[in-house]
Amino acid sequence: MSYQFDFAALLPYWPEFAMGMWLTLQLSAVATVLGFVVGTLCAIGRADGPPAVKWAVAAYVEIIRNTPLLVQIFLVYFGIATLGVHVSANMAAVAALVVNVGAYTSEIVRAGLESVHKAQLEAADCLGLSRAQTYWHVILRPAVERVYPALTSQYVLLMLASSITSQISAEELTAVANRVQSDTFRSFETYIVVGLLYLLLSFVVRVAFWLFGMGVFARRRKLGTAL
Amino acid sequence: MQSFGLIHVEFLAWAALWTVGLSLIAFVGGGLLGFAVALARVSGSLAVRAAAIVYIQIVQGTPLLILLFLIYFGVAVAGFSGVPAILAAGAGLTVYSSGFLAEIWRGCIQSVPKTQWEAAECLALTRWQRMTRVILPQALRMATAPTVGFLVQIVKNTSLASVVGFVELSQAGKLINNSIFEPFTIFVTVALFYFALCFPLSTWSRSLERKLNVSRR
Repeated sequence: MSYQFDFAALLPYWPEFAMGMWLTLQLSAVATVLGFVVGTLCAIGRADGPPAVKWAVAAYVEIIRNTPLLVQIFLVYFGIATLGVHVSANMAAVAALVVNVGAYTSEIVRAGLESVHKAQLEAADCLGLSRAQTYWHVILRPAVERVYPALTSQYVLLMLASSITSQISAEELTAVANRVQSDTFRSFETYIVVGLLYLLLSFVVRVAFWLFGMGVFARRRKLGTAL
Repeated sequence: MQSFGLIHVEFLAWAALWTVGLSLIAFVGGGLLGFAVALARVSGSLAVRAAAIVYIQIVQGTPLLILLFLIYFGVAVAGFSGVPAILAAGAGLTVYSSGFLAEIWRGCIQSVPKTQWEAAECLALTRWQRMTRVILPQALRMATAPTVGFLVQIVKNTSLASVVGFVELSQAGKLINNSIFEPFTIFVTVALFYFALCFPLSTWSRSLERKLNVSRR
């Protein structure tokens, strides 16, 4: 093995790596928030909606969970274009990630909703809360708190999966890596560095979720345990 | 210009076979490596355990796409040129699945009740006997459903092998698209192929899960 490693060749590109990381974080953050909203609405629809909604959500979840993200990204990207609307690659990437992670979130949140004790619902009924009030004040927070670790893992996976959007030339970290390696011919070094940057990002995302959980779920903060 | 027809579906069907083949390579390779890492993860030696943890964290903390590129270019750096794409893709997916399978199986091994480990020790079984005769048979029952579930992930993730030039289902879809440019029709067909491969596995995994719960109650 006579290969000479040359990491110095990558140094001039650090602003581009930084921009790539920033865009990866932005993509994942937007997809996480929107995906959580979509997923939660789907979970509620599946638990409590009319049969048609239940059926539609079940079909959506099965379709998304049994096809690869790469194909979903292509479908969204070309699908939007076929409709005659012009959107940037980044927008299409976010849309595809939201559609994808919404399905997974809805399955996780559904488990959380099912774990809320029946007595809680009866108590809410006795207090004369409306359906919406019951969901907002009684069900959602404990349900999400119980599945928070699973959601965290799912969103870390989402951040890693956002690398696939480089395939439709969204300008995130992996796309930057592909460009830098074709500029410098230092492919192996580039992907080692980018691999380490992704490790760093997944650590950062985990810490951010932990801090957010501490802030939002008072019981976890005070008692140090979940519900 | 030619439009999407039977000949393209046939091409996709051949490519689907390559997807299945690559999934099998990844599952068998990842299973063997993952099993070794799972055992290392519950080993008595702290150093071995730490090494397994680091390995799992690295594999789970980097995107599969980057792992594939690393192996693809790494092999060239190590001095082997002209390695076939199926080997590079197979190796990348093997490493990827080993990291996740190891963590799934570690959970199964550790969820065998502590009393079983103690009882085996009381019977003066060696470490090896305790694992093979007491712990693993029980862990295996728990591991079946999540393992089948992970197979679905493997099949879906073979789609990324297209980036190292391996012609499987997604890459075949891209190739057809390059020649006739009907992206929507083509990728819906590709998605249908994936669905036909994955949906039975998902259903099977769910039914296994249910059966297991019934027998436990």
